Amino acid sequence: MVHIEAQEAAAGTKPAGPTTAWAMRGAMLREFWFYFRQNRGAVIGLAIFTIVVLIAVLAPLLAPHSPTLQNRDALLLPPIWADGGSWTYALGTDAVGRDILSRLIYGARFSLFIGVVVVTLSVTVGVVVGLIAGFFGGWIDTAIMRVMDVILAFPSLLLALVLVAILGPGLMNAMIAIALILQPHFVRLTRASVLSERNREYVISARVAGASKLRLMFVTILPNCLAPLIVQATLAFSNAILDAAALGFLGMGAQPPTPEWGTMLAEAREFILRAPWVVTFPGLAILVTVLAINLMGDGLRDALDPKLKQS
Amino acid sequence: MLRFFLYRVALLIPTFIGVSIVAFAFIRLLPGDPIMLLAGERGMSAERYQELQAVYGFDRPYLVQYFDYAWGILQGDFGQSIVTKRPVLEEFFTLFPATIELSLCAIILAVGIGIPAGVLAAVKRGSWLDQTIMGAALTGYSMPIFWWGLLLIIFFSGTLGWTPVSGRISLLYYFEPVTGFMLIDSLLSGQAGAFKSAVSHLILPTVVLATIPLAVIARQTRSAMLEVLGEDYVRTARSKGLAPRRVIGLHALRNALIPVVTTIGLQVGVLLAGAILTETIFSWPGIGKWMVDSVFKRDYAVVQGGLLLIASLIMIVNLLVDVLYGLINPRIRK
Repeated sequence: MVHIEAQEAAAGTKPAGPTTAWAMRGAMLREFWFYFRQNRGAVIGLAIFTIVVLIAVLAPLLAPHSPTLQNRDALLLPPIWADGGSWTYALGTDAVGRDILSRLIYGARFSLFIGVVVVTLSVTVGVVVGLIAGFFGGWIDTAIMRVMDVILAFPSLLLALVLVAILGPGLMNAMIAIALILQPHFVRLTRASVLSERNREYVISARVAGASKLRLMFVTILPNCLAPLIVQATLAFSNAILDAAALGFLGMGAQPPTPEWGTMLAEAREFILRAPWVVTFPGLAILVTVLAINLMGDGLRDALDPKLKQS
Repeated sequence: MLRFFLYRVALLIPTFIGVSIVAFAFIRLLPGDPIMLLAGERGMSAERYQELQAVYGFDRPYLVQYFDYAWGILQGDFGQSIVTKRPVLEEFFTLFPATIELSLCAIILAVGIGIPAGVLAAVKRGSWLDQTIMGAALTGYSMPIFWWGLLLIIFFSGTLGWTPVSGRISLLYYFEPVTGFMLIDSLLSGQAGAFKSAVSHLILPTVVLATIPLAVIARQTRSAMLEVLGEDYVRTARSKGLAPRRVIGLHALRNALIPVVTTIGLQVGVLLAGAILTETIFSWPGIGKWMVDSVFKRDYAVVQGGLLLIASLIMIVNLLVDVLYGLINPRIRK
């Protein structure tokens, strides 16, 4: 109860309890921020993530060179701190003389884009299907859950790889494949929450009051299942970036010369012993971004889901 | 218990049928005509095309093809590779020991370090040790393992020259596989240095493949331990004056391990997904690399058979984990 007292102290007065919906939302947000802030790692994660977003948005302003411009006079130049490095190419150049720093900066756009598209796709489909399964039950539920079991029976990356082979290599198809392998988690989670909420009194009273099925599903039940979904969505975001990079690395994701981080690693593989920096930086970019998102995920879980609290 | 077991097995049947349908459908959806692929650059006459279509049964309705294929699977016939012409099942079992050897070493490493690290973090909760372990675990969990493998190669193989870059054993040694496990076979061969060579080839791939399971197990152990340490019976054991080591090792850990066992079981899928990347980086001749190569060679028969075999493997392991979980935790048998 410490946090409530802290909030009251911050507000200066003892609130008589939230009266309007907006006030309640504000109070919930403040409570969320209070818990989120407790987790130092989560705040660091949020800060790093914000920087990555800014880099992605401001890429054309920040990048010193074009990400695809090849310079035949500057092949495999080392980074600034190594012998022969220069400020012109601060992180060195790759095998065809492209500036690695600029490619990394533009790569942030791809990774975030992948995360956003995959999460949007898998959450939308997963939540709708999960709501249907949980709400209607019976044979619909059984059929849906068996299909999800089938998807989950395959190692995720293998399924994505074969799917992309069918759809044709490329960033868009890789995103579709990854969304498909990630959505069963949302279906299961939504269904489980719906099952536990379906027979609560507030749902029954809404039903008795004559709410339509759609309204019951999306307006009455769904908002009460959001907390675990948000946590799962964060995980899906980082998994999407990792899987897309892995597909790019295997040559099935974004195609060269796209400055996607995984694809950059694939192109750099043959130079690992001659020019380690072309391998080091793209992977480091993936790790830092994914780590920041996972740190935020831990904080979100602590703040949103009291049952899962790490304590 | 028997009812619980039978129920779990019954639940597998529709999933297995679903998996076989998916694997069957994939091969028909892949772009390119598998028969034209057989012909290669030369092309083939219309008559020969018809003939081969009949041989592979591609001229029949899909439903008939599926039942034919399903009937074959029930008899252990998974078709034959378009590229090597060998039965898919035979190729699978030739390469499988390499993947098992690697996966077993990885899971042993992950459990061997993950559980003690998780226990230590829970017991020293909030300390710098806890924060370091959990920070390392989250980093491991976030690791793009294909990059991690390349980094280790740069450092240990390139800079230090300690470990080889790829393969299972040095080309200097040759012996007929007996068990398929290089560690055992190299010992059986009696050749001096063979075992050492096999071990040195295994180290980096093991570390790479173990990274994510290790991180997951450490995190799971810590949170399970924390939960158990707050229970009444642990307090009772403490207040009885039992040594802290005994309370943690005997009373708390035994119960904390129940959810961890499930986590370890679930890592099988993670390991096989990781094997795809790890085996590709280290040219490890296992089923992960086999699948990737087959996808690129468009060897549809292998992709189809391999998908089905790998998915079945995961389903069986998950079933065993469920049963094991039912055995150690009677509450969930209902």
